Amino acid sequence: MVFLPELTRAYRHNLNGSSLERGATQLEVKDVSLRFGGVQALEDVSLAVRQGGIHAVIGPNGAGKTSLLNCISGLYRPQRGSIALQNGKRHELTKARPSRIAKWGVARSFQNIELFKHMTVLENLMLGRHTHMRHNVLTALLYWGPAERQEIRERELVEEVVDFLELQAFRKQEVGRLSYGFQKRVELGRALCIQPAVLVLDEPMAGMNTEEKEDMARFILDVNELAGVTVVLIEHDMGVVMDISDRVTVLDFGRVIADGEPAQVSSDPAVIEAYLGEQRAA
Amino acid sequence: MSTITTGVYSRTYRQDFLLRRTWLERARLALVLLAIAVAPFLLSVYWLEVATQIAIAAIGAIGLNILVGFTGQISLGQGGFLAVGAFTAGLTAIHTGLNPLAGVALAGVVGAVVGGFFGLPALRLKGLYLAIATLASQVIITWSIIHLSFLGAAEPLAIVEPATVFGWTVSGTWEWFWVIAAFAAVAAVLATNLFRTGVGRAFVAIRDQDIAAEAVGVNVAGYKILAFALSSAFAGVAGALTAYRDTFLTWESFTFEISILYLAMIIVGGLGSVSGAIYGAAFIIGLQAFLQELGGNLQGSFPSVQENLPAIQQIIFGLTIVLFLIFEPRGLARIWQRSKDYLRLWPFRY
Repeated sequence: MVFLPELTRAYRHNLNGSSLERGATQLEVKDVSLRFGGVQALEDVSLAVRQGGIHAVIGPNGAGKTSLLNCISGLYRPQRGSIALQNGKRHELTKARPSRIAKWGVARSFQNIELFKHMTVLENLMLGRHTHMRHNVLTALLYWGPAERQEIRERELVEEVVDFLELQAFRKQEVGRLSYGFQKRVELGRALCIQPAVLVLDEPMAGMNTEEKEDMARFILDVNELAGVTVVLIEHDMGVVMDISDRVTVLDFGRVIADGEPAQVSSDPAVIEAYLGEQRAA
Repeated sequence: MSTITTGVYSRTYRQDFLLRRTWLERARLALVLLAIAVAPFLLSVYWLEVATQIAIAAIGAIGLNILVGFTGQISLGQGGFLAVGAFTAGLTAIHTGLNPLAGVALAGVVGAVVGGFFGLPALRLKGLYLAIATLASQVIITWSIIHLSFLGAAEPLAIVEPATVFGWTVSGTWEWFWVIAAFAAVAAVLATNLFRTGVGRAFVAIRDQDIAAEAVGVNVAGYKILAFALSSAFAGVAGALTAYRDTFLTWESFTFEISILYLAMIIVGGLGSVSGAIYGAAFIIGLQAFLQELGGNLQGSFPSVQENLPAIQQIIFGLTIVLFLIFEPRGLARIWQRSKDYLRLWPFRY
């Protein structure tokens, strides 16, 4: 990897699961349409996520941002279109189970925290390693040989994520008892443990105060710049979006109304109209 | 959350994963094992029988807790799966001269297969709907045992051949207690180990948040079936042990009430806790035996108590479960944890 190797030297594991060169198309969404009964949630949505970038998806409420993310992670199946992930080979995501998509390297966090709240922080992060482990009921029942060695091996990577996200103090605490901000951070950690090719974050800063937002923004930048992980995120805080992302796609009523660099998008008349309404002559 | 013993540090991850870290914890385990070993010398025959039943119930309850407490799939079919194990073992013993150990293993395997099959509705159903679907498994299994003529189990079965393993015939209350207690101990160790690994974590993940579990790569459908299979395998083994010990088998010992009883055990003992399943089994079976004996003792002086004993038992039973649900939903396991914490800090409050 080309990303500032001198800074990542302390970590032995590479959290970036992609083998692509920086700038190559990692994830390609093409003409995706999703309909729930009479509601057209997405209509011919196309976008390309480049390896190594932070790609923000923005838009007013109900624009279809989360629906798009759910299509990418396999929770929804679009009626038309294709979503292709390049990781080793081309994977078509629209017809695969979510667990399969996770195995191919798409990790995500949820808008309303979906952690395993009765488990400890460590156990939650270890679940992020699930796809990298071989599971055998018999050795598990005996906690013998390969089962034990595997737990220890995966724990090493998990500890690096703990260190990376500064979660040392909470390792063995039940996540349900952590504050909202830390829960969001654990959820980011769990996704990171997958060693994702694409890290999909659904409103990672929703409901946070300024300080927590700054922390989260720093972690996302670290994940992207130090670990080289490609990030796709939905965010409502325009300041954050414009500051950290290097590409922005704007959705409105299920359609892409703008796509490009942050500066370019923020001055786009269609975007201004979608957010502020039509400008009227006085 | 429990208070953590301070001053215990790990140098390796292997150390950090150990189940017992302090000499106190190890001493407590040794004491429990010692108590089990000497129990036959201290208990009367009646209570030794009860202890044996508790050990069998503990195996079934651990199995049910894997499914209900850890994986979050409510099942009302544990009685049926016990019957599958019992009749598999019984028919094996009657029709083949197979070693009883092989019979127990076979009962576990058949239990797993049948359980996996009846777990299929879990792929579509959750919560109460699933509970009703598993009720069907209970009904179907008992119906099959009565009506499928090739099983020959409409009438009670008797295993004539005594259980002989490598030349040693298990006989008498003592020996059966030790054998079954050993099985229960192994079951507890296996279940505890399971939840130290990825498989067990996947189960708990499905209970806590099934969509997120799928999103981190857990094959939710597969693991649900696996949970049903494992749970029924434990039930199968428990059923087989009942069959070999009682040498007398009838479908009437595996009715719907038994399923409810097992559910009561894990609720009282503590959902999602291996030791809780054991405490629950001990509490429920012990309470039944205690009420039984109490009724016998009161027979002379209070004939009305003796007459209404079944009703009184039911009332006390229902009452205990309601009280546990209200005051300690996490059961006896949690109460034990709290008392340990209290003693650890004593005489200080915190």
